[in-house]
Amino acid sequence: MVDYRTEVSEGMVVLDAVHQIQAESAPDLACRWNCKAGKCGSCSAEINGKPKLMCMTRLDTIDVTKPVTIEPMRAFPPIKDLISDISWNYEVKKRIKKFKPRPPDAADGTWRMQQSDIDRVQEFRKCIECYLCQDVCHVLRDHVKHEEFIGPRFLVYSAALEMHPLDTEDRVDELKDEFGIGYCNITKCCTKVCPEHITITDNAIIPLKERVVDEHYDPLKKLVKLFRRK
Amino acid sequence: MASNLVQITRRGFGETMRKDGWWWQSLAVFLGFSAFIVYSTWAAFQGAHYTFGPYLSPMYSPLIWEAAGQPLSTHSWLGAWPSWMPNLPLPITPAFLILWAPGGFRFTCYYYRGAYYKAFWADPPACAVGEPRHEYRGEKKFPLILQNIHRYFLYVAIAFIGILAYDAIAATQFKDGFGIGVGTIVLTINVILLGSYTFGCHSLRHLVGGGCDVLSDKPVRRGLWNWVSKLNKRHMLFAWMSLFWVGFSDFYVRMCSMGIFTDYRIF
Ligand code: SF4
Ligand code: SF4
Ligand code: FES
Ligand code: FES
Repeated sequence: MVDYRTEVSEGMVVLDAVHQIQAESAPDLACRWNCKAGKCGSCSAEINGKPKLMCMTRLDTIDVTKPVTIEPMRAFPPIKDLISDISWNYEVKKRIKKFKPRPPDAADGTWRMQQSDIDRVQEFRKCIECYLCQDVCHVLRDHVKHEEFIGPRFLVYSAALEMHPLDTEDRVDELKDEFGIGYCNITKCCTKVCPEHITITDNAIIPLKERVVDEHYDPLKKLVKLFRRK
Repeated sequence: MASNLVQITRRGFGETMRKDGWWWQSLAVFLGFSAFIVYSTWAAFQGAHYTFGPYLSPMYSPLIWEAAGQPLSTHSWLGAWPSWMPNLPLPITPAFLILWAPGGFRFTCYYYRGAYYKAFWADPPACAVGEPRHEYRGEKKFPLILQNIHRYFLYVAIAFIGILAYDAIAATQFKDGFGIGVGTIVLTINVILLGSYTFGCHSLRHLVGGGCDVLSDKPVRRGLWNWVSKLNKRHMLFAWMSLFWVGFSDFYVRMCSMGIFTDYRIF
């Protein structure tokens, strides 16, 4: 960890301070950023130990009379300074079955759906892929289950597809096995850090867990299915 | 897949860069649950002072048999404690015959699971704070995979709401006819809070409509789903309020029965 000093002024966010340090004393200090508006999801870091967007964390919300620590996301391999290697996330995304709509409803190749049915997945589509939820999730961060667990971000992504009124694909078996939804112990840290305020655990993960129960752990449902098949 | 994952350094137990009081929340949950467990275990072992006039403690409801040696009250379903009940080194009371149901319901509740994994098992102790153990099975494998039976406890819990609602109505039937005492109100609030908790259950939310991607063509299920979702948003709040109130209801009936509290008639 390296110490830098810089003057702060009113209205500054953490990212401003980092830029100021780059300008004043550490031109090679590496950090990712893009929009400075909390919309690109690039500037994720851990500020005083809490996963946050640097551009959305105002300095007047933290105690600057004491040193402020800024670390890269710890659930991913470090590259340099504030940058960690998030490429694992892109690999995970490729493994999730794509959106597969039912045949078009109208002759012109378009679909019809009700707003109330799509409302539910609208929330999940606010995701800016900042990966703060992945970073805070103890399954990845502390238990390094990257090979067996896709993390909250991709459970949200799966939920957006799985609950989509037009989608016909079935991802429940993967969620249970390769995607390791059972590793989530619903401790809700992901929900707490999401800058888009997506109710990750309650609205995405738990409903998916319930779908997994339907398919795999509900003895009565299994019995009913057995008879229906006959 | 990325082979450089080995470069991730794990933190030791309690290690974190967080500067806020991250421990207080888990500590509060730990103390809150512990207090309830201690009180309810003690109360369940008493086997006495669980009724007072028309009131029945929710920790003893449904009262299948009256506790051994207790005079017959109006609450008992099947009369006196049967003689064929085995005599165990620890006394069994009517409470033990039923407490597995609400106990199991809460133990497997999604909210409680998340809360006690943190507070009692430090997995994690708090968000972004290092853990004591490296080995991790989560709910993917035995034993925690068994948490998936939650919906079965839900079915029983819904029946219990019916029974407790009956108890609240029965709590208006005094010896001299209809009336409302402080105890009636205590037991009524109890069933309202328990109902708000139970009907906000995640499994119920899934069963009434969450399992379907299209609800616009199923007005009843959509209505139910909206309604359960509303309660579900406050699931944690109702979980705590109802937990506290169940304990308090038992305490109130117990204190009245022991002659320590006077139950005032309002009506
Ligand atoms: S709720 Fe589940 S996915 Fe979210 S941080 Fe906790 S364990 Fe990870
Ligand atoms: S779900 Fe929220 S925290 Fe996770 S990647 Fe998307 S925006 Fe970031
Ligand atoms: S710079 Fe785009 S989210 Fe912070
Ligand atoms: S999830 Fe809490 S009672 Fe079912």
